[in-house]
Amino acid sequence: MNETITILQQNLGTALWDTAKMVFISGFIGIIFGTLIGLFLYYFSNPLFSPRPVLNSICGFIINAIRSLPFLILMVVLIPFAKLVAGDPYTPLGGAVSLSVAAIPFFARLAEGAFAEIDAGVVEAARSTGAGFFLIFQEVLFPEALPALIRGVVLTLISLLGYSAMVGTIGAGGIGDLAIQYGYNRYNTGVLISVIVILIVIVQIVQWCGDRLAEHYTRS
Amino acid sequence: MSQIELKNIDVTFKQKGRTVQAVKDVSLSVEKGEIFGIVGLSGAGKSTLVRTINYLQAPSNGQVVVDGTDLTRANAKTIAKVRRKIGFIFQNFNLINNRTLAQNLAFALTAGGYPEKQQPARITELLDLVGLADRQDNYPSQLSGGQKQRVGIARALANDPDILLCDEATSALDVETAEEIIEILKGINQRLNITIVFITHQLEVARSLFDRVAVMENGQLVEQSSTYDLFAAPQSDMGQRLVSRFLDTTLPAKVQAQVTQTDGQLLALRYRGSDSLNPIITKIAKETGIDINIIQGRVEFIQERAIGVLVVYLTGTAVAISRAVQVFKQRVDYVKEVTTHE
Ligand SMILES: Nc1ncnc2c1ncn2[C@@H]1O[C@H](COP(=O)(O)OP(=O)(O)O)[C@@H](O)[C@H]1O
Ligand SMILES: [Mg+2]
Repeated sequence: MNETITILQQNLGTALWDTAKMVFISGFIGIIFGTLIGLFLYYFSNPLFSPRPVLNSICGFIINAIRSLPFLILMVVLIPFAKLVAGDPYTPLGGAVSLSVAAIPFFARLAEGAFAEIDAGVVEAARSTGAGFFLIFQEVLFPEALPALIRGVVLTLISLLGYSAMVGTIGAGGIGDLAIQYGYNRYNTGVLISVIVILIVIVQIVQWCGDRLAEHYTRS
Repeated sequence: MSQIELKNIDVTFKQKGRTVQAVKDVSLSVEKGEIFGIVGLSGAGKSTLVRTINYLQAPSNGQVVVDGTDLTRANAKTIAKVRRKIGFIFQNFNLINNRTLAQNLAFALTAGGYPEKQQPARITELLDLVGLADRQDNYPSQLSGGQKQRVGIARALANDPDILLCDEATSALDVETAEEIIEILKGINQRLNITIVFITHQLEVARSLFDRVAVMENGQLVEQSSTYDLFAAPQSDMGQRLVSRFLDTTLPAKVQAQVTQTDGQLLALRYRGSDSLNPIITKIAKETGIDINIIQGRVEFIQERAIGVLVVYLTGTAVAISRAVQVFKQRVDYVKEVTTHE
């Protein structure tokens, strides 16, 4: 018991901070680029804008290819790339590289879905005013898709939290690493249970905040 | 030059190997300041056709000319410019759900290049015009259907359009609210001299709103006339079907049964004007030696002009009846032999 507390006191803060870095960096990159790619897919598939079936299929194929790799394999394959980008792949920053590569296509599909679900009539009405795409994005697509985008962000962050544990085990640190190092390898059940409880609490909080936010932006 | 000219428009959709020809060789012109309607059953191609006017739908063949600009040859920028002068009103209102009414209108104003500083005043003015001045900060979900459509009208008018396109603008509303919307549109047409193209499957709207009307069936225009003439004497099969159903000249089953027991001919008659047909009926009865019973008779007003709507039953010898039918056809605007045995 005492040992558990000592371990947690010494390591939990750093572990949480490392996990936060990995999740937020990759989440941020995934959401920004994912939204752009999702918008791109939407733009090139919607008859009201500029349908380009070939371009759309190629882009869709690349996204599916990345998404079809199990994360463990993607992570290993990307070690050289992480080295190139972050210097040391076995740091939270290095871990964030492969997490970002996974997050981008993941969020891209969610974003595309969020845009595609918008009532086609509303977009048509916007188009009929003579508005350009940027204005329509800002004033129609974004507000109408926002609740779905927020739900997508929640889903992405929670998935990244899970994947970050995997990155952690190859040396990037974080809370997942803590659980494996002490809880599993050194048979300290207390650490394991503590980490599980912390993860559950974090996921619940993220989900709860996301739901409130999505609700707030839904006016229908 | 007409304000809107559609020349030989075809629209073909290709979907998964299946092709649908939604519009076939349609030509029509709409004059400045008139209210032009297109009626037809659902699936006739009305929505597709009206969308070619602001080029939301590019035709596969043919020419769209709006205010002298040939949209079929225009670039995206010109098309956007023409669109800003064409308001569009939809069946399902299509307001931005997560934006307030003021924001919905601001979007349209920005799209039309309206200076941002003057937008608040314009928004108040527009909402005032449709009687919703106090609802600026409401979201669409807080409004009734009729109120939403009024916002739709305000949005369509935001940039002082020359043309309003309405796609079933009253079809999602109850009868009273629909009448309200029709009155608003009429007012707009008269005060601002805005040309209106209105498509609908409801003949009620045609009766109270349209100056001229076209009938559409299976992608083709099968008839075009003044609204009064359509109701008085439709030429096409589809026109006759729509008008007959609207004027409801079908007989109650009981009357039908009585009528079919004897050998005679049922005739649906329509004629222009409010004069009584009695003298003609009496005369024809005398000339041909048959009996004529008036089963139904009333006067309908279309664009404030009367149309007599009658159903008569002729009995007598077969020869005399067919002669009488000939005479009716010469003297009355619209004669339809109604078959009761089916
Ligand atoms: N985007 C589309 N893709 C394929 N078929 C379409 C499309 N839009 C309309 N159609 C078809 O074209 C025909 C005419 O439709 P529409 O113009 O909506 O008729 P209406 O407005 O008179 O009800 C229908 O058969 C419809 O299924
Ligand atoms: Mg339609």
